[in-house]
Amino acid sequence: MSEKQTLMGMNGDESVAYATKQVNPDVVAAYPITPQTIIVEKLSEYVADGEVDYEYVAVESEHSALSNCVGASAAGARAFTATAANGLALMWEITFIASGLRLPIVMAIVNRSLGGPINIHNDHSDSMGARDSGWIQIHCENSQEVYDASITAWRMAEHPDVLLPIMVCLDGFTLSHTMENVLTLPDKVVSDFVGEREFITVKGHMGETELRLNPDVPLTFGPVDLQDYYFEHKLHQIDAMKQALKVIPEVDAEYAKISGRSYDLLHPYRMEDAEVAVLGLGSTMGTVKYTVDQLRDEGVKAGLVKMRVFRPFPSSDLVDALKDIPAVGVLDKSLSLGAPGGPLFEETMATLYHLPKKPLIANYIHGLGGRDTGPQLIRGVFESLLEIKDKGEIGDPMNYVGARP
Amino acid sequence: MSTRKPSSKELPIGAVVTKSSMEYETGDWGVMKPQTDLEKCTQCTLCHYFCPEGAITMNDDGYPEVINKYCKGCGICAEECPVKCIEMVRTK
Ligand code: SF4
Ligand code: SF4
Repeated sequence: MSEKQTLMGMNGDESVAYATKQVNPDVVAAYPITPQTIIVEKLSEYVADGEVDYEYVAVESEHSALSNCVGASAAGARAFTATAANGLALMWEITFIASGLRLPIVMAIVNRSLGGPINIHNDHSDSMGARDSGWIQIHCENSQEVYDASITAWRMAEHPDVLLPIMVCLDGFTLSHTMENVLTLPDKVVSDFVGEREFITVKGHMGETELRLNPDVPLTFGPVDLQDYYFEHKLHQIDAMKQALKVIPEVDAEYAKISGRSYDLLHPYRMEDAEVAVLGLGSTMGTVKYTVDQLRDEGVKAGLVKMRVFRPFPSSDLVDALKDIPAVGVLDKSLSLGAPGGPLFEETMATLYHLPKKPLIANYIHGLGGRDTGPQLIRGVFESLLEIKDKGEIGDPMNYVGARP
Repeated sequence: MSTRKPSSKELPIGAVVTKSSMEYETGDWGVMKPQTDLEKCTQCTLCHYFCPEGAITMNDDGYPEVINKYCKGCGICAEECPVKCIEMVRTK
């Protein structure tokens, strides 16, 4: 039985802030940057109004925001931050540290293109740039998903088999500044769901103790870790990512019981008998769904696979979803300049390469710098896929959708 | 020296330190050791504070004592001693 819920009108940023208020972590340290600013404003407003009791740290930069969270999280606190674009770039160094020290920090990324040239609008160049930093990444399609992920993220990050930081990614402006209907749970239900942060025990230099800083049983976090140990600690992170593939659906299933909303690593849409399909992530997936419905009405066997969790990469689910599809188009909203393709395209290719029979796969880069990707453009992607399917071959796999050549 | 290093499964996660620095004997690193002329020593304690290994304790009489097990022979104490009563001598 799902709980009684309240329908609220909120944009994506407000959904992050409201969920985080209900979670009521111990520490929030954040620096405002467009289009994440509303999150920071709301979270400090809650403090000023006495609605929460977390420590709000008004830091002087994103580097300090995440460093602050690292310290707080190592001390056992629930630590939250949020950023976008160049703010995430400034955190870069600390993103690896947060993951390497296995600190379950939750961070909202309000996806914005990474300057230069300066642009405040949406694409995924910020979070895609941080894809190797050891953070779990959840990409949201709408504000409801943003609200839900901002609650479940804590349980995923803090799970004893995982202990990794999480980025909850939402598209700048498209989601962050657009009002939507969002179903919200009662405060008590949220706080019961997230519970208290639990700790595993480790054998430190002063004996067995919880993995947190505690002056009574000192522990050293973040020491120099050279040729003879660093590699083994990376194996730990590899294993944690593997475990996360199991833990994330478990937490989602538990959340579905209270919310009535089910989530998964991948969300296939009208894929049963699909001959052409699009794979992608983020808010564009709403537009793709709309276009798939239209094409289906016209008799075209079109489908969509939305990737909600990009890190850890859901390889085996992706194989199941795509292996029998004749032509697949991968929508990337970021570039890897000089690479064979966009990040999602490359990883999809690497995942499917081993199959004896695999789809023809083309890459469609779209939406850079906030360029609007409407249904007409998505229709164009499907038309190009139908052509590939009929010809049985791909010429140049790279397409730049909506750009003036 | 060939001691087996722990496998990744044996190591605690989070790269926390498993051994106390007390077990990390840096005394075999260097080739020099400090020798103190206590006649000249003013008991100022600077050598104690400057030693990066914490290898100098101040004894009950208020004089510095080098713990050879940890002294790595860097010579910082000799450099910092205001009355220059510490001399680095080659022992290896
Ligand atoms: S030589 Fe270096 S390590 Fe040894 S006692 Fe002096 S300062 Fe300490
Ligand atoms: S620094 Fe020199 S004078 Fe001062 S306590 Fe050490 S040996 Fe003595």
